[in-house]
Amino acid sequence: MMRFISSNKLLSFAIVFVTIQVLLAVFAPLVALHDPYAQVIVQRLKGPNGLNWLGTDQLGRDVLARILYGYQTSLLTCTIAVALALLAGGTLGMLAAYYGGWFDRIVMRVMDVLFAFPIMLLAIGVIAVLGPNAWSAALAIAIVYTPIFARLLRGPALVICQSEYVMGARAIGASDRRIIFMHLLPNLASVVLVQTSLLLSAAILVEASLSFLGLGAQPPIPSLGLMLSEGRNFLLLAPWPAVFAGLAILFLSFGFNLLGDALRDTLDPRLKGQA
Amino acid sequence: MPLRFFANRLTDLVIVLFGVSLVVFLMIRLIPGDAVAIMLGANTEVTPDRIAELRGRLGLDQPLWTQYGTWIWGALQGNFGTSIWTGRPVAEEIAAHIWPTLELTLLSVLVGAGLSVPLGCFMAVARGKGSEVAVRVGAIAGLTIPSFWLGIVSIFAVSKLLPGFSALGYVPFTQDPLGNLQRMILPVIALSLPMLANLSRLVRSAMLDALGQDYIRTARAKGASKTRLVYKHALRNALIPFITSVGVSAGYLLGGAIVIEQVFAIPGLGRLVLGAIAERNYPLVQATILVMTSAFVIVNFLVDMLYVVIDPRVAKQ
Repeated sequence: MMRFISSNKLLSFAIVFVTIQVLLAVFAPLVALHDPYAQVIVQRLKGPNGLNWLGTDQLGRDVLARILYGYQTSLLTCTIAVALALLAGGTLGMLAAYYGGWFDRIVMRVMDVLFAFPIMLLAIGVIAVLGPNAWSAALAIAIVYTPIFARLLRGPALVICQSEYVMGARAIGASDRRIIFMHLLPNLASVVLVQTSLLLSAAILVEASLSFLGLGAQPPIPSLGLMLSEGRNFLLLAPWPAVFAGLAILFLSFGFNLLGDALRDTLDPRLKGQA
Repeated sequence: MPLRFFANRLTDLVIVLFGVSLVVFLMIRLIPGDAVAIMLGANTEVTPDRIAELRGRLGLDQPLWTQYGTWIWGALQGNFGTSIWTGRPVAEEIAAHIWPTLELTLLSVLVGAGLSVPLGCFMAVARGKGSEVAVRVGAIAGLTIPSFWLGIVSIFAVSKLLPGFSALGYVPFTQDPLGNLQRMILPVIALSLPMLANLSRLVRSAMLDALGQDYIRTARAKGASKTRLVYKHALRNALIPFITSVGVSAGYLLGGAIVIEQVFAIPGLGRLVLGAIAERNYPLVQATILVMTSAFVIVNFLVDMLYVVIDPRVAKQ
């Protein structure tokens, strides 16, 4: 009982932590006191002060405003990417499990090949083809995550497909579509919820790395990874932009990871403590 | 090792490598618009003559299967063609940049995997209510700290605290062993931290699993000491899932190394591939991705084989 409460505490904390950050991103135009693009050159590279709470960057732009809008860029890119990957990978994995046979074999082979690439390398390859911008980064992350979702969902889907209630449904003449939508999907919901949260956390880091390398959102778009790479050049003069941008990435990624972790405990207590 | 298991895995390996090569080969053909014009546009004026000349040089006027055949046959012999701009063989460019990446990755694997075993054991043995949450939060923090940010912050900290410390760049080990290792310290810490967090959590749960087994109870009943129980009986069995994860983590490290090289100005494969993208040197991009991915796939194959040697039950499943 104590366990249940303490894991629920963690879950509540994670939900609040993530919600605050998402709300800050969505309502950035209302929350930010400054225009993230406005350059006040005389005010450049200032430390935190009453006017610019987190200081200013090398062009005199407000760091706090750029972080808030950077949250927007990061969350939008990653949400699109993970949603695409879930749709493509989840569908493929589920159908592979449901139909089995040669369809399963071919689909999972293709997924194996994509899975064989180190994540960053495949993402970089996709961006080399499409050209560096935020959309390419989103698509690159989606392609990288598709085989991961396919593998994650195929296993549990296989178990459900062989369960007695699915066999029962089939015996009384339920159609494929009915079995997939009424039995398979609802039973996969908890796995999907947990993994989406965990992968979103990882996607935030990949997106930040890509834009840090100049392969994601392009200047002057406010982007956390970009702020880090720009701030790096002025590190000794003014460490603030780089430090705060990094902390923002950390909080965002940490929040979703904690959320996934706590969700897993709550939804499936059997998995408690497993890495 | 059962021959059939080995043969199956070898077939898998060949199929995956073939698929990887196909994806990398098709990359350049999927570029929207005329890839050759884009390549030329990066450096010179685009004229129909130049387009035709480069297209011929890259073999792009041949049928697709001939192109693939020529390309993969060359690649198997270590011939990746010549770099478009410098005219140097691509293989030579890769060879010149491979050592820093290899050293960085290997050292990080050693540090990350090496420290995760004692740390994971400690966490498993010291299992308690308060520390439980601390361990979880700590491990998640380790996984979600952007390693490149950690790198940047550590450069800043070191430049303030130890002004004489050379944190950036790379010197070959053979030239200046101490300077080489000194420059590797910060990148290795930054790169190995996520792996350390991930693996120590894995060792911890594997250890908890192993410590709950019957043979541990038996050993305890026979009077084995606690140290002996933990390190001799439990750890050996806990290491089995650990080894597979080390192989998989090596891939993440290889990807992370690309970013870390950029932070610490290390002239490795990551910098090579990023430079190649900037100047749209597609053959070089393709070759680098192919080499790095194949290395990763082969390492994981070897880890799989090692796994069977340690735990023969795997091959029977």
